[in-house]
Amino acid sequence: MKAVITVIGKDRTGIIYNVSKILYHHNVNIEDLNQTIMQDNFTMLMLVNCSKMDCTFEELKAALRAAGESIGMSIRIQREDIFDAMHKI
Amino acid sequence: MPLINKDILETIKMIERDNLDIRTTTMGISLLDCVSHDPKVTAQKIYDKITKKAYNLVRTAEQIGKEFGIPVINKRVAVTPISLIGGACDKDDYIEIAAALDRAAAELGIDFIGGYSALVHKGFTNNDIAFLDSIPQALAETEKVCSCVNVGSTKAGINMDAVKMLGYIIKETAYLTRDSESLGCAKFVVFANAVEDNPFMAGAFHGVGEPEAVINVGVSGPGVVKSALEKVKDRSIDEVAETIKKTAFKITRAGMLVGNEMSKRINIPFGIMDLSLAPTPKVGDSVAEILEIMGLEKCGTHGTTAALALLNDAVKKGGIMACSHVGGLSGAFIPVSEDAAMIDAVICGALTFDKLEAMTSVCSVGLDMIAVSGDVPESTISAIIADEAAIGVINNKTTAVRIIPAYGKKIGDVVNFGGLLGKAPVMAISEYSSEEFIMRGGRIPAPVHSFKN
Repeated sequence: MKAVITVIGKDRTGIIYNVSKILYHHNVNIEDLNQTIMQDNFTMLMLVNCSKMDCTFEELKAALRAAGESIGMSIRIQREDIFDAMHKI
Repeated sequence: MPLINKDILETIKMIERDNLDIRTTTMGISLLDCVSHDPKVTAQKIYDKITKKAYNLVRTAEQIGKEFGIPVINKRVAVTPISLIGGACDKDDYIEIAAALDRAAAELGIDFIGGYSALVHKGFTNNDIAFLDSIPQALAETEKVCSCVNVGSTKAGINMDAVKMLGYIIKETAYLTRDSESLGCAKFVVFANAVEDNPFMAGAFHGVGEPEAVINVGVSGPGVVKSALEKVKDRSIDEVAETIKKTAFKITRAGMLVGNEMSKRINIPFGIMDLSLAPTPKVGDSVAEILEIMGLEKCGTHGTTAALALLNDAVKKGGIMACSHVGGLSGAFIPVSEDAAMIDAVICGALTFDKLEAMTSVCSVGLDMIAVSGDVPESTISAIIADEAAIGVINNKTTAVRIIPAYGKKIGDVVNFGGLLGKAPVMAISEYSSEEFIMRGGRIPAPVHSFKN
């Protein structure tokens, strides 16, 4: 299963480190990544592959959310399918 | 997939800022195999079947909601109309079945269970009468049971004997639930041209033409449509229609994804997607605000019916393009108490009962969540139902009445239900009598389907 991680907030050091640390820890592979500043907000999008993940989706989601709170960013993870479904005919 | 920022961020904004959600995932369950000569056995079989079939409905819906990052607000069950299942029952037996449905709903942790229903559009069976008699007590004594009765259809006409009875039934329900703002009436709908696969309450039931069990999904998102229309201010109506259609497409796709995933995980076929703009009392989650953003100073003013017609039609077109199995009531709901801007419009006098009735000729359902004074005569309630059923029957659409003659309340009072049901200002209706018309009884003949004008 592939998922999209969205990180939104004020730019600071250690954002990629904090997210990728969790992904590495749970054996989740990063397949694509981009970052940009949109409307004064730092926005990072990551496409990840969860097929070899060693925890449940909910656990990964909770870990990312907690990491987001600790660095003052909002971090979400959603299955990729929802974006495909809504934006492709 | 290349990461497309715009699409991803648009989806996130729709969910987090504009309240896009899966409003309900409703499992339809056939109870035809629960029929028995002994009502106690029937009640037990019903409880057992529902709790077995839907045991993982709530957990699965929540899990899927987390994975896709879209909230699944309500989880519900709709069953075969109970008047059919309890064919050998008397009034007390039906009450026992209602209690069994309520226990099953509590056991599953679902929000509501629908299908305490009867289809009497052409006439009554002997025990339809006993069933209708049981409705006020059943609604008063249960928490999660919802009920609906179909009194008319384009093919059969309108059963005016049923319409007459329902005036009394609604008033009695209001009286029996007087300690909770006559809340029982909020769990009861009268339909014309009822659909068999509607996932929304209080009118959901599992039609006899439906399979053994089915998953139907209802998505909402008036906030998303409003937000999209903010970007086409001052443009022509064509662009408004186009924008609504595109937005409806995206919303429906999200629902279809959830529906298919639910179906796969609980191994029950996916039925239909119902794309209904269903408001909640939250500001920004309102159908009236959509009409106002189109350029109306207040919902209810002249132009409201045209704006609503456009909205309802564009929503259906977008939805139908997005999903092959669109059903239910798809369109725009206009429940007064559940829509903050509609409540405001009633309070300031912009939106009257008569205008609401006109709006129901082009919205997806009908007169919904409207509070009237507690001393309104039964025959007036019946006459309101007859008017609404006539709009549906003649125009070949579903119409409904969910009206609350709130016990002890007068015009100017506000009936507060709380939660998603919101609060309803008591509305003024005609003071002139319809008594003689209603007391005639009988059946309004089915309309002619040609010579349309």
